Order: sequence, then C-alpha cells, then structure tokens
Amino acid sequence: MPSVEILSRIQFAFTIAFHYIYPPLSIGLGLCLVIMEGLYLRTGLALYKDITRYWIKIFALIFGIGVATGIVMEFEFGTNWATYSHYVGDIFGSALAAEGIFAFAMESAFLGVLLFGWNRVNKGVHFFSTCMVALGSIFSALWIVIANSWQQTPAGFRIEGHDLHARAVVTDFWEMVLNPSSVDRFSHVIIGSFLAGSFLVMSVGAWYILKQRFVKHAQAMFKVGLSVAVIAALMQLFTGHRSAHYVSKYQPAKLAAMEGHYDSSAVAPMYLVGWVDNKNEKTTGIKIPGGLSFLAHGSFSAPVEGLRATPKEDRPGAVNFVFQMYHIMISIGMILIGLTLLAVFLLWRKKLFHQRWLMIIFAWAVVLPQIANQVGWYAAEVGRQPWVVYKLLRTSDALSRKVTGDQVMFSLILFTLVYLLLFTLFMYLLTRKIQHGPDISEHAETEYDGYYHDNLTYHPKS
Amino acid sequence: METILGLDLPTWWFLVIGGLITGYGVLDGFDLGAGALHLFFKKEESRRLVLNAIGPVWDGNEVWLVIAGGALFAGFPLVYGVVLSTFYIPFMLFLVALIFRAISIEFRSKEPWLWWRKMWDISYTVSSTGITLLLGLVLGNLIHGLPINKEHEFTGNLLTFFNPYAILIAFTTLSLFMLHGAIYLVMKTENRLYTRLTVIVNNCSKFFILCFILTSMATLIYVPHMTHQFKTHPELFVLPMLAVLILLNIKRNIDARKYYTAFLYSSIITACLLILFAVGLYPNIVISTTDPTYSISIYAAASSVKSLKIMLLIAAIGTPMVIGYTVFLFWTFRGKVKLNEMSY
Repeated sequence: MPSVEILSRIQFAFTIAFHYIYPPLSIGLGLCLVIMEGLYLRTGLALYKDITRYWIKIFALIFGIGVATGIVMEFEFGTNWATYSHYVGDIFGSALAAEGIFAFAMESAFLGVLLFGWNRVNKGVHFFSTCMVALGSIFSALWIVIANSWQQTPAGFRIEGHDLHARAVVTDFWEMVLNPSSVDRFSHVIIGSFLAGSFLVMSVGAWYILKQRFVKHAQAMFKVGLSVAVIAALMQLFTGHRSAHYVSKYQPAKLAAMEGHYDSSAVAPMYLVGWVDNKNEKTTGIKIPGGLSFLAHGSFSAPVEGLRATPKEDRPGAVNFVFQMYHIMISIGMILIGLTLLAVFLLWRKKLFHQRWLMIIFAWAVVLPQIANQVGWYAAEVGRQPWVVYKLLRTSDALSRKVTGDQVMFSLILFTLVYLLLFTLFMYLLTRKIQHGPDISEHAETEYDGYYHDNLTYHPKS
Repeated sequence: METILGLDLPTWWFLVIGGLITGYGVLDGFDLGAGALHLFFKKEESRRLVLNAIGPVWDGNEVWLVIAGGALFAGFPLVYGVVLSTFYIPFMLFLVALIFRAISIEFRSKEPWLWWRKMWDISYTVSSTGITLLLGLVLGNLIHGLPINKEHEFTGNLLTFFNPYAILIAFTTLSLFMLHGAIYLVMKTENRLYTRLTVIVNNCSKFFILCFILTSMATLIYVPHMTHQFKTHPELFVLPMLAVLILLNIKRNIDARKYYTAFLYSSIITACLLILFAVGLYPNIVISTTDPTYSISIYAAASSVKSLKIMLLIAAIGTPMVIGYTVFLFWTFRGKVKLNEMSY
C-alpha cells in the first residue's frame, strides 16, 4: 500500500481540485448576477429579471456544492495534517477564521435573501443582497489566497521551538497578510474566477442561440458574460505576468521547473510547447530564445537561476508535470483573449449571433477557464514541493503522526465515491436546468426590443 | 501573563470558541433537529413546509461551524490537530454526512418523481441524525477524556470512542436537537401540520427529559473530573440548578403552547449545557485518561499572545457583524412559512 504521505497528498489534491470546480464559478457568476440585476434595476426590463432569477437558481446549485466540499477542506488540515496545523495555526488559522467570520457568514446570510427573498424584500434590498453575496465570495477567496500565499512566500513571522514542537508565530500581522505574493496571486485567482463564471454564462447563452430558444434572453446573457470575460481575459495577461515575476523573485526553483530550466549560467528561453526529461535534465521544444530571461529580469540576455542551483532534495521532482500544467494554462489564457476579442469585434459589427461556428465554440469553451484554473494551481502547488511551507516545513513532516494508511485509504475511497456521485448529480441537474431554461415573463421580449430601439434613436424610456 | 478585564488571553479565547460552538449548537441545532424529524411527516406538502421552514437559514447556521473550526485552528492549533486526527474516522463520516445533508436539501425539489424525493428525504434524515450523533459522540469523549500519551498522541482505537458514556451523550444531543427543532417547526407552521407538531414537541420533550436525567446521573457517577470544579467553586452549582429550572420552564411553556418562549428556553438550555461542559474542562481542553498530567491545557495549546490579540480584535469586529446578518436574515423570514415558486 502507498505510504500515509502519498495517500494524504492524493486525498488533499483530489478534494481540493474537486472543490475548486465550484468557488470560481460562484465568484464569476456572482459578478454576472450583480450586472444582470443592476441592469434590471436600471432599465426595469422584465427580461433582465428573468435572466437574473434563472442564474440565481444555477448559482444556488453551484454554491451549495462549493460549501459542502469546502468544509471538508477546512477540517482536512486537522485530520490529515496535524503537524502542519500546529506549525502554521498561529498564522494560517487566523486567516481561515477571518474568512469564516468576515466573508462566509456574509455570503451565506445574504444568499438566503437572494434565493427566497423575492417576495419578502423590495428590489433595492434584494439587489443589495446580491452585491453582498458577490462581495462575500470575493472576500472568501481573498483570505484563502492570503493563507496559501503565506505558504509560498512566508513573511511577518518567526519560528518558535524546534523539531516536532516548532511553530511559526506571527510578528507582524499586515506583513503576514500582505506577504510578497498575496496581491499578485489574489488578483490572478479572482480574474480566473471571473473567466470561469462568465464563460459559463456565455456557454449557456450560445447553446440557446444555437437551439433557437429564448433567443433574446440568450443574447442578453451572452453580452453580460462577454463584457466580463473580455476585460478579465485581458487583465489576466497582466496579473499572470505579475505572478510569474514574483515567482522568479521568491521561488526561483518553481519558475525553473515551469520552464524546465536547469543551468543557472544560461540565458533562459520561454517554451511554447515542450517536454522535460528530468532524468537527464534536458528540455526540448519550440521556444522563444531569452523569453524567460526577459520575463524575470527584463533583458533577453540575462542568465536565470536554474534548477541545478537548488539541491535535488529541495526542488520539485515532477518537473515535466509542472512544465506541462503551466504551459496549458498559458495557452488557454491566450485562446481566451483571442476568442473574447473576436466576439467583441463581431458584436460591434452586429454579426456575432449569426456565426454558428463561433457559438458552437463558445458553448464548449466553458471548460477552458476551468482547465486553466485547475492546471494553474497544479503548477503552483506541485512546483512548491517538497515544501508545504516554502523552505520551512517539508510536506513529509507535516502529517498527522497517529493517522494510519488504512484510515486514509478508507477516507480516500469514501471521498472518491461520494464526489463521483456528487459530480454526476451536479452535471445532471445543471443540464436539466439549462434544458428547462429561464421562466419568461409576458412581453419581456417586445419590451426589451422597444427599450433598446428607443435608446438607439435617443428616446429614453419614460 | 497579559490580561484583559482580569482574564488571561487563552481564557478569553476559550470563551470565544465556547461562544461560537454555543452559537452553532443553538442555530444549527434546530435545523439538524428538524432534519432528524423529517421522516415523521408523511405528506408531501408537510415535508416541503418543514424543509422550507429552515430553507433560508440553514446555510447561515452552518457558517458557525466553519467559524468555530477556524477559531479553534487559530487559537489552539495543537488541539485542532490532536482532536481532528484522533477522531479521524468519525470526522470523515461527519464531513460526508454534511455533504449529503446539503445536497439532500438542495436537490430534493429539483425533480417531481416520488422515488427521487423519497430518496433525498431518507438521505436528509439519516445525515442530519448522523451529524448530530457524531457531534455528540465527539463531545461525550471529550467530556469523558481520551487515552492520550505524553506526546499528545492518541493511543486508543476506533472502539475507544464507543464507550457507554459517549453513546449516552450522543443520544442526549440528538434528543436536545430534536426538541429544539420541533419547537422551531411548531413556531413556523399552522393548521394541521401545527397540530401534528404539537404532539411531536411533547414526545420530544419527554425523550429529552429522560436523556437529561440519565446524563446527569452518569456524569456524577462516571466522570468525577467534571464535578471537581464544583467542589472548589461551590457558587458554580447555580449552573446545573439553572439548567433544571430552564428544563421545567420549557415543559411549562410547551404545555401552555407558548412556543416562542419555549424556543428561547431550549436555546438557553443548549448554551447552559455547553457552559457546564466548558466549566468542567477548564483550563484543559483535552483530558487524558492515561495520566491527568498529559492533558492538554489551553495554556499549552494556545497560539502566541500577539496572534490571540489580533484574533480577539477580529472576533470583536466580526461577531457583531455575523450576529447582525443573522438577525437580518431571521427578521426577513419571520412568521409562518409559505410555499412559493422559489421554494424548495
């Protein structure tokens, strides 16, 4: 049987990867909901009310699974990683508690109003609740990313005790919160989430357009999704660059693994595609010469620290994996920029919704940001190995000492079965909801046409 | 050591976590209890009504568990690791039950088919009951104490948890939550369902009183360290006496059909029992049955003074906000539950 360490790592990776399907969707959908309901409040058009109510229902489905799988994550630190919990509790625990008290409580309470409050509160209060839910989901991500970033670039702490009793103790709260990677990683994560949510909205809209169902509603939701997606896709270029820059400064071994760069004295290329042979420490592929040098140091001829600068036992083992995940993320990022810019251009030319082929692409493109979000995290987390807290605590030392392989095997099988069931149910219910479509108010479409027609001819609605 | 209002920081933090767990017990207690009772209602409309009675609030209630967990992690990381890894299998089952409960509530109404709804109804009751029993089991073992060695490592096995005392506490927790949930539901319903619930409330109160008496006796006889505190501080005897008085008050209010007051008292008794438990433990959190000196005290487990101070500040800012949202939510959905097109 595999060791407790391997089993615990598989379990954590599996449960967090599964969990991470949902929060980015909630965060992205939250923003789309604010825009949709905001448009409803501003224009008074029933069509916007229809699509808001429709997406709230889907939001609830996604949010529910996100919460259920998220609680697992919180408690898994204690069950499987007791030594880690003791080591980082002073810091990580406070971020987690802050997440619960500042973000999650707000999100959950206002969600109740969002879902069940249409007839209980007035439009303004309902919109306020929508904003609070969206904001809560972003704050939630903020604290979690802060906690994770501290593991990547620890700051504002000192170590007390040694060996098994060692622990990190906070010395400067703000330095800990604003550790060198917090801001860059948070913005990268949030924009990735906006992409996940907005592409889901566009995917459903595109599918209706292809099927010639709810066409007006579908176009309206597609436009909302596109407006978020195009800005997010472009901004992701910037935050991605910032993130790579911090990695080059604070986690050189991770960056070297991402590009399969071994030799510290050499100018480092940037690969478009490639393959790393970690055994012979060789990377082959199509590359931009000096690309990584430019990314890290702003010069195409500067040498970049390679993997060999780090002793073998202190650097990630799965170099090719990190390389591939990182490159998949970047490729998808580029595709998303291209797709959204093209869609905006065609929308401006008033041709967008006639392009069947593009609608087919958008209907399927929902998986792209999902994959990018997943593989981006794989690169970040596997690239940090063998450390759980960078350069301070090894993953192999972080385990619960009294938990046995049998126990972890049991829970791993249990979670695998439960999550498979959960995912099947989720996909089934989501598909059913999409097939059912929004409940359409009377005159919603003619009213919508009238409004925008009037707007175009400079006769605002009275 | 630094003190605030005469209490040292670990004690303050012990109080904060106690408060959060109490908040969780009072709030999620009633919706877990409602879940445990769910299958007693046979008609589809009744089941929908009792489900929607907790519909807008259950998720907010569960947040208290997340916050309490985070607070324990932050305040007493050692205990967080020891307790969760010791109760590895029970906690894994607990987490799975939480998942099933959430999806049962969420998925039940998504399809009209009889088998579909029946399946989620069963899953809802089984998971709600399971969560409550597991919480009670962990609580019972913490009151009773665990075989913990000098290195704070658990030396027992899975069967260690299933001692008679812990099992009794598990059922007492279940009876308390069922009573609490039944009173909540009776407040939220009308007509025939209301009449049916008044009978259920009565039965639940009998079940709880029986468990209460058994638990009191068992604690006095089998768990001497729980009563130790009372010998040195006789003024604390006011607490168990208060619990008995409140219990009588619950019964009296139920008989008089004053369910709002009864709900208030069933909330207070939940708090009262948890306070009794906390008083019995203090200043320890995990009691070792192997050797009392191996017990983990709040001082050994606490985070640094600086961290505790920051966290107290966060709690001081955050708690009123959380209470504010909770009040806003309950106020928005006050009164009898009605079904509409957005309902479950």
